[in-house]
Amino acid sequence: MSGKKGGSGGSFEERLTTARRKRGLDAPPKKPGQPGGDGPSMMGIGLRVGVELVSALAVAVAIGWGLDSFFHTRPFLLILFVLLGGAAGLLNVWRLLGPKPNKPAK
Amino acid sequence: MAAGHTIDALGQFELHSVLGPVGASVGFSESTFMMVVSSALTLILLGVGMSAKAVVPGRLQALAEMLYDFVYKMCIEQIGEEGKKFFPFIFTLFMFILLGNLLGLLPFSFTYTSHIAVTFSLAALVIVLVTAVALAIHGWHFFSYFFPAGAPIALSPLIVTVEIISYLSRPVSLSIRLFANMVAGHVMFEVFASFIVMMAGAGVVGYLGGIGPLALNVILMGFELLVACLQAYVFAVLTCIYLHDAVHLH
Repeated sequence: MSGKKGGSGGSFEERLTTARRKRGLDAPPKKPGQPGGDGPSMMGIGLRVGVELVSALAVAVAIGWGLDSFFHTRPFLLILFVLLGGAAGLLNVWRLLGPKPNKPAK
Repeated sequence: MAAGHTIDALGQFELHSVLGPVGASVGFSESTFMMVVSSALTLILLGVGMSAKAVVPGRLQALAEMLYDFVYKMCIEQIGEEGKKFFPFIFTLFMFILLGNLLGLLPFSFTYTSHIAVTFSLAALVIVLVTAVALAIHGWHFFSYFFPAGAPIALSPLIVTVEIISYLSRPVSLSIRLFANMVAGHVMFEVFASFIVMMAGAGVVGYLGGIGPLALNVILMGFELLVACLQAYVFAVLTCIYLHDAVHLH
């Protein structure tokens, strides 16, 4: 492959892995903790964060609206739940991007 | 579709009935038709692919084995040893979404995953299953999931509400992610394709100018193939993560 013999010392396994890595056959060692392997692009992260925020807010608005029409307190529960929904959205984003507890979850 | 000088980017998502009057009478749409096709293709792939049972697999058998292995490993990695129980469900889900995304890229086809009705049904199915599994394994203890241990009791109304909203937002974000990716891709195809038609209407210069959007569409097709596979993977892996939470609870 590389032509020169016995360039670097070490066992056969070591030389094989370095050679394979040089040829791009093995992926370079990934940073641990990322499940799935494919490093998410910035655009992917941005999209996911946006979706998380909006979906939490949408659910909260739906709950607030529903409770309002049930209790006939039209704007107040909706206002409360919009705030709670924003908090839940931030919680989702924190779960997504914050420090991982132990398992590759979230 | 892009008749005249308007771009009808969303017309491609309209449903029409297929199979003539019989299909029309039962509301058998393109979407349903493509679902049947993708399910049949999955069955054919696994059935025909594995019928050889060769030690050295042929192409179809290798494909079937790789898909099986891929999803199986994902289940074990994400859920743990209990993940084996959920493998059939995850595999079905993964293949259904993957083939839906990929078949939708073919000309004259229809992408059923571009309808939020479909993706939300899938996500709702997932979340109901996850909740049922959690309740079956942990019983009433499941509700401690909504209140982290060690938090002050005085804050419980706030925390529990926020946690419940966060939990309920899972199916919404799961479905919107898949649906939005599919719709965005197909709308971009449509828009660039109608640029080509408009350019061609402008005469000889337009023919040359039309090469630009055509090249973009070719690149976009490669990108969409990636997105189709990636979104199926993301849907399956998030289902696994939710199942992990349900099985292990925190």
